[in-house]
Amino acid sequence: MSEKKRKKRRVIPGFGLSLGVTITLLGFIVVIPLCSLVVFSAQLSFSDFIETVTRPRVLSSYAVSFQTAFIAAIIDAVMGIIIAWVLVRYDFPGKKIMNGIIELPFALPTAVAGISLTHLTTTNGWVGSFFDQFGIKIAYTKIGITAALVFIGIPFVVRSVQPVLERIDLQYEEAANILGANSRQTLFQVILPEILPALIGGFTMSFARGLGEYGSVVFIAGNTPYETEIAPLMIMAELQEYDYASATSIALVMLLAAFIILFVNAVIQSRTSKIVSGIA
Amino acid sequence: MNMSIRKNSGPVKWILIGISTIFLVLMLILPLIYVMATAFGDGIQVFIKAVTDEYALKAILLTIEVTIIAVLINTIFGIFAAWCITRFQFMGKKVISTLIDLPLTVSPIIAGLIYVLTFGRQSAIYPYLQQSGIKIIFAVPGVVLATIFVTFPFISREIIPLLTAQGTDEEEAAALMGAGGFQIFCEITFPHIKWALLYGIVLCTARAMGEFGAVSVLSGHLRGKTNTMPLYIELLYQGYDFTGAFAVSAILVAMAVVILILRSILEDKGKTEGE
Repeated sequence: MSEKKRKKRRVIPGFGLSLGVTITLLGFIVVIPLCSLVVFSAQLSFSDFIETVTRPRVLSSYAVSFQTAFIAAIIDAVMGIIIAWVLVRYDFPGKKIMNGIIELPFALPTAVAGISLTHLTTTNGWVGSFFDQFGIKIAYTKIGITAALVFIGIPFVVRSVQPVLERIDLQYEEAANILGANSRQTLFQVILPEILPALIGGFTMSFARGLGEYGSVVFIAGNTPYETEIAPLMIMAELQEYDYASATSIALVMLLAAFIILFVNAVIQSRTSKIVSGIA
Repeated sequence: MNMSIRKNSGPVKWILIGISTIFLVLMLILPLIYVMATAFGDGIQVFIKAVTDEYALKAILLTIEVTIIAVLINTIFGIFAAWCITRFQFMGKKVISTLIDLPLTVSPIIAGLIYVLTFGRQSAIYPYLQQSGIKIIFAVPGVVLATIFVTFPFISREIIPLLTAQGTDEEEAAALMGAGGFQIFCEITFPHIKWALLYGIVLCTARAMGEFGAVSVLSGHLRGKTNTMPLYIELLYQGYDFTGAFAVSAILVAMAVVILILRSILEDKGKTEGE
């Protein structure tokens, strides 16, 4: 095996060059800046770090970020399944447009999405005035932040569930049907287990992205301390006061959270794929 | 087959399509319409005046400049990294591909922060930068670096799965017959990946144009100097110049729509040629 590998390396040219370019650029753009984060963090005193991240205002910003990102990711998961299902299983006029528009949040600059959603949802905006009749305020509340995060996260769920749904053979559903399962049983016991790993993956991506999102949220949030201040905004505020130590401390907690979320996702993914392959 | 068709029609189908449509219209299409309506609401003259403002033009030019540099560097990186990762076996490959994807999971604000820590006042290399007169933070190079960082994996991620699926047989054969690396790439590898590569470039352009958080940290918001379009929009918005903000936004919305159309064309091309 190793002999074969060595042979392969010799056959196709360009190993040294491509590895060199890759490592150089990777080093400059990703590794060195990350190292400086590590170096700078190491200089922070532990008591200062704890003091910074347990300030009531910082704690409540973490709470706001986690709540809104989590709720938004759940809404994205539910809507994402419905949209992916509609796109894969049904034919209807305008399907191609619907499929294309899903990726709008990737293509539209977040700041533009932010100001537009804000103006739509203020109490005299097109959507906001409707909800205002029922006493629901959207812009400058947590509902507004959640709405912006739903916007940002929806393509992640649709695009991870869609290809899996496409691959599911209709035979399984037919078999379930013939064996006497009703459509709810078919949905929860045949289809859902198949798409669950992809769904969790999409949920995780939109949750992680929502935690770090800044551009679209900062306008709609209103940024009232303890109420609608998100964690990235706290980092930004510290940076603007050149308090790099506090900014880094707050950022480290967010990074840790993001890595934990991604790690949990990776564990779930490898578990479920093992289960699936175990059956097959 | 008959049964599944019968199952797929009926009220459930239309209820689900209805829910999806309402959701997408409310969340995605309405904001677009709103931007356009506000931008042109006071007449085309007002729009033209807003986007031909001296600072607006400077912001547009800077955005174009930053986007071109970022896309160029990421394209070069994407091709070399994909070649390196999919064509050779070596130690540390997993580490490299993890590091490439890392910018996707880092908050844009934190991306900005790590560059401030690298090149800012408290950094070890700051005295040297100052001596040689290089400004990175609160200057254009910082904006460029931040943009490269947030779009770093976009192109390589599009190509790597394709090259992995394709395998190395054709390249090996060509190499054994005496073709050089450049020739192999141009004549064998490139035709396989061209649509994916273009698709990656389109995605990268979209994100580079619109990056806000990371650029916001590094730019220092110097009007006419380091303000890209999204930052300029923020500036106008905070100054309650809503028509101006939405006018400049309208340009970005138009770009986003063009990008979505290109994307779906490229996806179709890639699919038909793949079959």
